[in-house]
Amino acid sequence: MATIDEVKAAEGSDEAPKYKVIGTRPIRHDGADKVTGRALYGADIKIKGMIFGAILRSPHAHANIKSIDTSKAEALPGVRAVATSADLPEPGDKIAELGEGAVVLNHLSSNNLARTKVLYKGHAVAAVAADNLHIAQEAASLIEVEYEVLPPVMDVLKAMSSDAPVLNPDVRTEEASTGEKGDKPTNVAKHIVFEKGDIEKGFADAKYVVEREFRTSTVHQGYIEPHVATVLWNNDGQITVWTPTQGTFSVRSQMAELLHVPLARVKVVPAEIGGGFGGKISVYLAPAAAVLSRKAGVPVQIVMDRADVLQATGPTPGSFIRIKMGVDADGRLTAAEAWMAYEAGGYPGSPIGAGAMCVFSCYDIPNGRVEGYDVCVNKPRTNAYRAPGATNAAFATETVVDELCEKLGMEPVEFRLLNASKEGTRRIDGVTYPRVGLVETLEAIKNSDHYKTPLTGKNQGRGIGSGFWFNAGLKSAVTVTVNTDGSVSLLEGSTDIGGSRTGIAMQFAEAMGLAAEDIKPAVVDTDSVGYTDVTGGSRVTYATGWAAYEAAQDLKRQIVARAAELWDVDPAQVSYEDGHVIGPDKSVCFKEIAMELSTTGEPLIARGVSNHNEPGGAFGTHLVDVEVDPDTGKVDILRYTAAQDCGTAIHPAYVEGQIQGGAVQGIGWGLNEEYWYDETGSMRNANFLDYRIPTCYDLPMIDAIIVEVPNPGHPYGVRGVGEVPIVPPPAALEAAIYDAVGVRLYELPMSPPRVLHELLKKES
Amino acid sequence: MRDFEYEAPTSLADAVGLLAKSKGTARPLAGGTDLIDHVRTGRLVADLIVDLKKIPELMVLELNNAGLRLGAAVPCYKIYEHPGILEQYSAISDSSNIIGGMQVQNRASVGGNLANAGAAADSTPALIALNARVIIAGPSGTREVAVDQFCTGPGQNVLEPGEIIVELQFPPRPAHSGSHYRRFIPRNEMDIAVVGVGASVVLDASGENFVSARIGLGAVAAKPFYAQEASELLAGQPVNDETIQKAAAAARAVVHPITDMRGTQEFRTHVTGVLTERVIKKAVERARG
Repeated sequence: MATIDEVKAAEGSDEAPKYKVIGTRPIRHDGADKVTGRALYGADIKIKGMIFGAILRSPHAHANIKSIDTSKAEALPGVRAVATSADLPEPGDKIAELGEGAVVLNHLSSNNLARTKVLYKGHAVAAVAADNLHIAQEAASLIEVEYEVLPPVMDVLKAMSSDAPVLNPDVRTEEASTGEKGDKPTNVAKHIVFEKGDIEKGFADAKYVVEREFRTSTVHQGYIEPHVATVLWNNDGQITVWTPTQGTFSVRSQMAELLHVPLARVKVVPAEIGGGFGGKISVYLAPAAAVLSRKAGVPVQIVMDRADVLQATGPTPGSFIRIKMGVDADGRLTAAEAWMAYEAGGYPGSPIGAGAMCVFSCYDIPNGRVEGYDVCVNKPRTNAYRAPGATNAAFATETVVDELCEKLGMEPVEFRLLNASKEGTRRIDGVTYPRVGLVETLEAIKNSDHYKTPLTGKNQGRGIGSGFWFNAGLKSAVTVTVNTDGSVSLLEGSTDIGGSRTGIAMQFAEAMGLAAEDIKPAVVDTDSVGYTDVTGGSRVTYATGWAAYEAAQDLKRQIVARAAELWDVDPAQVSYEDGHVIGPDKSVCFKEIAMELSTTGEPLIARGVSNHNEPGGAFGTHLVDVEVDPDTGKVDILRYTAAQDCGTAIHPAYVEGQIQGGAVQGIGWGLNEEYWYDETGSMRNANFLDYRIPTCYDLPMIDAIIVEVPNPGHPYGVRGVGEVPIVPPPAALEAAIYDAVGVRLYELPMSPPRVLHELLKKES
Repeated sequence: MRDFEYEAPTSLADAVGLLAKSKGTARPLAGGTDLIDHVRTGRLVADLIVDLKKIPELMVLELNNAGLRLGAAVPCYKIYEHPGILEQYSAISDSSNIIGGMQVQNRASVGGNLANAGAAADSTPALIALNARVIIAGPSGTREVAVDQFCTGPGQNVLEPGEIIVELQFPPRPAHSGSHYRRFIPRNEMDIAVVGVGASVVLDASGENFVSARIGLGAVAAKPFYAQEASELLAGQPVNDETIQKAAAAARAVVHPITDMRGTQEFRTHVTGVLTERVIKKAVERARG
């Protein structure tokens, strides 16, 4: 797979490379430990005296808890502590900012240990700690819970109807634009409206209008490592949490809020993380483990199994989306309208806001209206998943676009080039784009070998889809210590889920004129580095990279000042360039000056922080070829190419990895992944056998084309990379399936039974 | 998971004795690829687990003029790596090759797959197509059951308390015969049959006519079963698309599938026909050599 850099190199570009470190592919600093199995993941953590916890989970999708009797569990030999929601402080009605948006503490607390109701099958009700896991599990099964079973509300539209059972008595519909709240308990937690132009006129000006309804299923991030938390609530009141997480500081805030303890009393130590994708931000186990540890006086570890992960963590919502779009005779979009309802799960908080902003984000549309609803249903409380809300929306919009292209007789790439969002385009929600690279990704696809190679086989088809994600900035901190031999230790708080340690070290190295290998980056605990927001929103390479850049500026200032002092010259006569400190009559390399300064004065320590919010939105365009078995509806992917505007690619191999990984998750979402519920609201496929993530046998090599349109809002032009690539695949696959066998799929996943159903319908 | 007793007897009599006299829940263990998972996840609480792999009778693998003897605990890899089985009893080789991944195939046995009596068991339709007989040992001696009579419902079979499958016996293969097993799965690996079809055909010397056929269907009813009418429709008929389509239609007509997380009723019914056709054609190809 060729990057733009390699293509340029192959073509003999005479352009001198802009950077020395950025754009190269050094071996990752954490690589050896990961490939040899030495890296310590959450369940590898063993603390002296540790005991083991188990969670009792609700067998019902919707029920009132009438009573909980833990006496039999407490009496079982080997049991050291039992906890229920009664052991967590009363959360009141506080709303806290916890790293990824505002959280109603009562909901977060009740999600960790149910208070008065259980809102989904698998909802945690009680926790037990015992000398070993088997005793803990046995004890959990001895806890007697009396439930009043209520009818489950599983469908987003039914949940919105006035006669639907209400999940949360405290939820009122909030109007997003005014903040006003309704006066009746409801499942509809939020209502969003965005408008632009004159939609009626827009549709009146259209030559073709297509309106379709779409449904998508709940899907899970599917990280390989289950959730795990190990907590010690020490006798002195200090709480230490060892856990794989996307945000150590977010876990710290959640623990402090849920347990009513000061932030400084909680230390969160990040383990290596076996995948997160947005799903490892909320706490699920740590609060219960903390309470158990306080009671037992020893560290408690709780590990989820796969069924727990699927049933009781934070998948991304199923949705109902209606899209209407109009084009004029020339193929220009005249108007677009969306009506979107996202399943929040048991408690409010679906990514409907992001979905509503993303739904028409790829297009320059003069007139538009978007309406969105956040709706509670008896499914697990949803959480972030890679470009949360955007994939559902893109599936719907891009499918309607594909139908418009067909009506116009226009090549989908040309249609997109004509209507693409670019610098100055005002999105329907009001945001105007800075310099963005959607057009460049379309051109990259148009110029790809894949696009230029026609399909020839029977039942084969090609589809294209584009997608957008905002990316985020937020806060990051980096501390740098220069060692006496001139090597550098870089401490950061961004847990590394995609090679970011190396990407950040590279930016520091670039700024200092050093090699990536000269820097040793370490992800450290919350006591050891400044506040850093979550690893999410594709923000780390952008924001923590920027903090590292600032740390380098700080270090350079110190080196210059101290070298001037050492050489007894005016600091204005000293500069730092390309790894050297340069005085009026000498130039000394970093290593030498570092050694000299270490022996002649105070330690050399630098800091960098960032809080910038111009992360530069990013776009991707994917092209896919499929072959559909017309007798079974099975879709095989023949070829896949993904082009993405990545801003400056710091480490191209990791950028490609992100594009490939995102595309694969999008493919799984498009073709087979779904939460399959029976009529009682019980998920019937809570395992990796029947929750079908694609395996390597189901995928071709994903060709990644890195398009570099530098972000003007970052010293090195970084844009986020990780989330965009999950957005286009379902839409691109839908278009390809239609091209192959002539049936449209308006529901995800496009599994063999659904495709076959449409094929049989078409036949008859 | 609760503590349980583990025994690994070396004789059939000891195994039967242990299982028969156990007062709690006693379960035999061959490869353990299902049993261990069931115990681990709490679907099964066992007091005694009796490992059968040290009993010579259950590890028999013998192919000669009298047919094939397949010990109930013989792991899958030994089956699909056996050249004689691949050549003469291809369907069971096909099944063994797609049950689980490689690690599972190193342990899992066809006898265990049958004993679990799963509706979607990959080896059972092949056993039905190849007309296997199940040799059972128990406290009151040994008995024999035709394989299509062995399963009685989802997870249920004819075994009485204390009884275990000792081996599967297959009749010798006639000249011009071929067999095949194929399943439909949504992915290309690591999945469970949504529909499974095993077929065995015997052709005449010209290779142009069916002498006889046996079709076994899986995952389309409460248990795998012999599609009698579809099988008998082929006997004496010429090998052509029309004949095969008729058999496929007859197979489709006798299924009683459910809609679940693996597939819909509509899908399973339709794909039964599709796979029956494909499997018969492959079996014919093999019969023609």
